Amino acid sequence: MSGKKSAFDEMHGKGGKMRPPYADYSNWLHAMSIDELDRRHKSADSIFRRSGITFNVYGAEGGVERLIPFDIVPRILAAAEWDKVALGVCQRVRALNAFLDDVYNDQNILRAGIIPADLVLTNEAFCPQMLGMKVPKRVYAHVAGIDVVRVDEDTFYVLEDNARTPSGVSYMLENRQAMMRLFPELFASQRVAPVNHYPELLLETLRAVAPGGVDEPKVVLMTPGQYNSAYFEHAFLAQEMGIDLVEGSDLYVDDATVYMRTTKGPRRVDVIYRRIDDDFLDPLAFNPGSMLGVPGLLAAYRLGKVTICNAVGGGVADDKSVYVYVPDFIRFYLGEEPILSNVPTWQLRKPDDLAYALAHLPELVVKEVHGSGGYGMLVGPAASKAELAEFKAKIKSSPESFIAQPTLSLSTVPTFVDKGIAPRHVDLRPYVLTGRETVVVPGGLTRVAMREGSLVVNSSQGGGTKDTWVLEDAGKEAGHARARR
Amino acid sequence: MRLRIRHETRYRLAEPARRAVQYLRLTPRQDRCQRVLSWSVSGPPSLVPWTDGFGNRAHVASEVEAHDALTILVEGEIETNDTWGILPLDDGLPPPMFLRPTPLTLADDAIRDLAKPFAASCVGTGTVPTLHQMTGAIAERVVYATGSTDVTSTAAEALASGKGVCQDHAHLFIACCRVLGLPARYVSGYLHSERSEMASHAWAEAFVEGLGWVSFDPANCQSATDAYVRLAVGFDYAGAAPVVGLRSGGKGEDLSVDLSVEQVQSQSQSQQ
Repeated sequence: MSGKKSAFDEMHGKGGKMRPPYADYSNWLHAMSIDELDRRHKSADSIFRRSGITFNVYGAEGGVERLIPFDIVPRILAAAEWDKVALGVCQRVRALNAFLDDVYNDQNILRAGIIPADLVLTNEAFCPQMLGMKVPKRVYAHVAGIDVVRVDEDTFYVLEDNARTPSGVSYMLENRQAMMRLFPELFASQRVAPVNHYPELLLETLRAVAPGGVDEPKVVLMTPGQYNSAYFEHAFLAQEMGIDLVEGSDLYVDDATVYMRTTKGPRRVDVIYRRIDDDFLDPLAFNPGSMLGVPGLLAAYRLGKVTICNAVGGGVADDKSVYVYVPDFIRFYLGEEPILSNVPTWQLRKPDDLAYALAHLPELVVKEVHGSGGYGMLVGPAASKAELAEFKAKIKSSPESFIAQPTLSLSTVPTFVDKGIAPRHVDLRPYVLTGRETVVVPGGLTRVAMREGSLVVNSSQGGGTKDTWVLEDAGKEAGHARARR
Repeated sequence: MRLRIRHETRYRLAEPARRAVQYLRLTPRQDRCQRVLSWSVSGPPSLVPWTDGFGNRAHVASEVEAHDALTILVEGEIETNDTWGILPLDDGLPPPMFLRPTPLTLADDAIRDLAKPFAASCVGTGTVPTLHQMTGAIAERVVYATGSTDVTSTAAEALASGKGVCQDHAHLFIACCRVLGLPARYVSGYLHSERSEMASHAWAEAFVEGLGWVSFDPANCQSATDAYVRLAVGFDYAGAAPVVGLRSGGKGEDLSVDLSVEQVQSQSQSQQ
């Protein structure tokens, strides 16, 4: 679909004047021939094939693995632009953690009427097994991916929060590696804030939330296995952190303690960085049909013998029906005004909002409350009459399952496509870590809709990725915005 | 009422298992209607007490050696009070979360049809009498018959077959309450009764504004009395089951259960 209004281009701005963060890059680009770019583009492809970065696409034939398109034109943010985003996403994650701690313990926010109690308590993602539990450092969303979109020079919106098991950070790391190999001259002439310390920060985060009294915690990464779409990332991160990559069958519980089977006998496990959904963690407590989990894990967890990252039940904070209230969480828990705004959202469980949305469907984006990955989504301006009618019926049969938002004209960044360099819409997912404090590495994953005019950036829907540069101010260590708890 | 309970569960396996892990919800809850005088759970080589999110006092039992037998022995005495089937809202569990349907308690058209006639009178002071009527209707539609269903049977399946046990009655009651917009939950426990097949029992509780949690036992068409001992609450059987477990390997399970729930005369107090 195409935005009706012309989109804000991050390189050329609105008036076609080169924006400062892109000045150096643009000079370099103009000196390059398309043939040379094409040659480097092709070698990028072979770098990724060799490194084995692939992504399973659900619904594709036989779960085939394919490369996510990588674009060789970086997305560039000035230090000041990034600082605002960084402070904003860190603030948001601090509020999400405070919310989770509250709803699973005192429930002050429900009593205060800031968010309707039923919306939380009857939410499928609300996990009663977390009630009354104190998790280490009161952190639930240790790793959060906050999706941010930009619509003009000064306006960034948070599109959605991902507080369960956000993926994609391996692309952030691999994209940077690839760019440094392909275009070393660019990194020599500009100060691009590094991202390669992410695995180190992640491990530090995981160690910081180990059960009390454990000095040298044993940390493992738990994957559902090689058929998971993000298995490559699981293996990659485990290797980068130097920790064991395990599946449920490698772990067992005895004496309410989690052990890993090793060739040298059982080894106690203190922290599990799990990349597996809540439902599959412990077949005795959750989905009984799951063969992926560890029987007894919930008991060990509730007894504080092991820390699970992210915490169980975090989904109630990133649900799209709860998203609407996150700015209120920031005011309620932190006493601060939100640095980043939400996209205006109609909650279709409300009759007035429903009536509006049904009357304006062709202009709106409609999302399923519990959906993710761009599945079950309607982009009004791009939809056919038949699709609109079909969605209308779906909404009417279950209004509470949907929210609607205006179709935002996402910013564009020049992108290398078949016809040469052309603008394509992008979003940004910074990865926010919370252990001892809340931190974010400068940049994140820029996702780009490779099809002309498309606003859907999800890799499952044909989106690609770009390296994201945060330029450091000369003389100032910028981009390392750290929001202290 | 003072009750003495002895509950022994023995598993024998024709082919040994390598490992086993179980959650046992076999310790009475700390609720207003009951006071534990003495209680012990024993048997498995490792047994660690924990409290689940619903406030149920559970144990995690594990056996990491190969084994062809496992015994769980529960013994204790408990003093119960008759609270007219009503428990105050003091257990920290917010009622609205018990509006959530689960696979075992999902309402189908037949369940909705069963519940709907009670909707009009299920308001204000009419709520409790109406729920008693609904309990009677459930007992009529689903006849108590042991062995007619298993632990995976849903409320909808029990209603369709017209036969079930206390677990199915409780699921059906919960499903009907949720149709009426009333939070309802599953209770597993012990029952002192002449019908020994009901010594290990299940019933349900509905949340009635102004009263609290009110119990309904469709299998016996009554509210809970001091003959009932509450072990665990949950959305349904899956969350409140007295024993759930998984083992690796092992075949040919032979399960035997000895359970007695006896009233102890008050004189016995002075004999101790």
